[in-house]
Amino acid sequence: MPIPLDVRADFPLLQRSVDGKPLVYLDSAATSQKPRAVLEALQRYYEEYNANVHRGLYRIAERATLAYEEARAKVAAFVGARPEELVFTRGTTEAINLVAYAWGDAFVRAGDEVLVTEMEHHSNLVPWQLLAQRRGARLRVLRVRPEDGTLDLDALDRLLTERTRIVAVAHQSNVVGTINPVRYISERAHAVGAVVVVDGAQSVPHMPVRVGELGCDFLAFSGHKMCGPTGIGALWGRRELLEAMPPFHGGGEMIERVELEHSTYKDPPHRFEAGTPNIADAIALGVAVEYLRALGMEAVREHEKALVRYAMAQLAEVRGVRLYGPKDPELRGGALAFTLEGVHPHDVAQVLDEQGVCVRAGHHCAQPLHRALGLTATARASVYLYNTPEDIDALVRGLERVRAFFGLSG
Amino acid sequence: MLQDLYREIILDHYAHPRNRGKLEGADIAVEGVNPSCGDEISLYARVRDGRLEEVRFEGRGCSISQASASMMTEAVKGKSLDAAHELAEEFKAMMHGQVPDEGRLGDLVALQGVRRFPVRIKCATLAWVALQQGLREYAAGRPARVVASSEDEL
Repeated sequence: MPIPLDVRADFPLLQRSVDGKPLVYLDSAATSQKPRAVLEALQRYYEEYNANVHRGLYRIAERATLAYEEARAKVAAFVGARPEELVFTRGTTEAINLVAYAWGDAFVRAGDEVLVTEMEHHSNLVPWQLLAQRRGARLRVLRVRPEDGTLDLDALDRLLTERTRIVAVAHQSNVVGTINPVRYISERAHAVGAVVVVDGAQSVPHMPVRVGELGCDFLAFSGHKMCGPTGIGALWGRRELLEAMPPFHGGGEMIERVELEHSTYKDPPHRFEAGTPNIADAIALGVAVEYLRALGMEAVREHEKALVRYAMAQLAEVRGVRLYGPKDPELRGGALAFTLEGVHPHDVAQVLDEQGVCVRAGHHCAQPLHRALGLTATARASVYLYNTPEDIDALVRGLERVRAFFGLSG
Repeated sequence: MLQDLYREIILDHYAHPRNRGKLEGADIAVEGVNPSCGDEISLYARVRDGRLEEVRFEGRGCSISQASASMMTEAVKGKSLDAAHELAEEFKAMMHGQVPDEGRLGDLVALQGVRRFPVRIKCATLAWVALQQGLREYAAGRPARVVASSEDEL
């Protein structure tokens, strides 16, 4: 079933206008808008059963605990996982850092190797640089092919060695939209005994994702990019890996028994959730994944694919526009990085803002990828389930206005 | 209004940058970067008798960062090192809300429209932050290439 046309009515922010012009939101790769059900869940928690979890003996505390753990089950099921393998985090960045510190510090040794890709968001690159520095490990890099923004997979087997401990890869690029063959990469990585950490920040919100099908060992994603609130995300990890990992943060909630000199820790996932968790936002993320499940992630993916196909065709008509990444909508998601010849991306975004069109400009936290493309910055339009062909039309009209404003002829 | 940001003189400097290019044997050479957006400028200066005899820049970035760099090279060329530093202070103060002295800042006041677009302020100050960093290094007797970041100053 396709995404219903009235889905936009679920999102209060999309009803707003800017200077009398309708708001055209094309920056969902940065953060998504939130449906009313998610906003109401936040309000309901604070108004009806705000209490700390896992401790209180009174009824609203029981209700809060139940709702928090139910949210965990929903979010886990959303990626085909079991709740005991799903750790709530602040978001993708914290999830990846959790693996880098807890697993990395315990199991990566001097001389070991961590393989990253040139396509990564800084959040799936810098934690590994830090780990390599702490442990005396070596960072190796799988390059991007600049012509189509795909990974140079021919080099994969050469870069994987018996020293490779970790392979860190984005499921989908936040800049050029490339969907990487995570299953294949996982198989090759497992053949040398490495664990595979997947940045799912741009894939989990936009397509059906099952951890079993990805074949990876860890999957990190963020709630705010998938209709949920900011400040909540998740790390999925294979049970035996999570069990072998020492804690990341110490504090309340994560302990079994505390003596003055030492303590014992809970089993995963609670071992990795020190302190009072982000209860309200976790519950609201549970509501967000229910919302997405009701629409159907296949439908979300098909909707975005159609929009990307339309956008690519329309943008090709704008003189001076160059799109980056795979040409085939089957191989890419809804992040469309582009440049307009003769106008810097910042200036493009600034003039688009005047038209009520929200796009992002800059390096999108992926400087090495931009360098590989021979650029310092791009403008990026990104679509989600609530975008329409009319949004793309507004972008195209906006770009014509940019051309006129900066005196580009034709 | 967009016209407040993109004043004609700014677009002119962007389209026709002054003093653009590398300066061989420069006494001051600074790489300025804006980490939040990736804009870059390289600033070069030759010092004679305590004055900036020659100032040039190269760079990649938005109209505001490149126009500001171009306007800066014109404004500080021929100035004493102290006067250049002071002008940079005045320019930065204007970008952070102070009423500018038009007599001293001249054409540079055109950039004050950028103030209404907070994210772009660092684009406008990038070249100036780099200049001050270069002047400091020069004064300290470290004329080698240094990197200045517009993020380090608010």
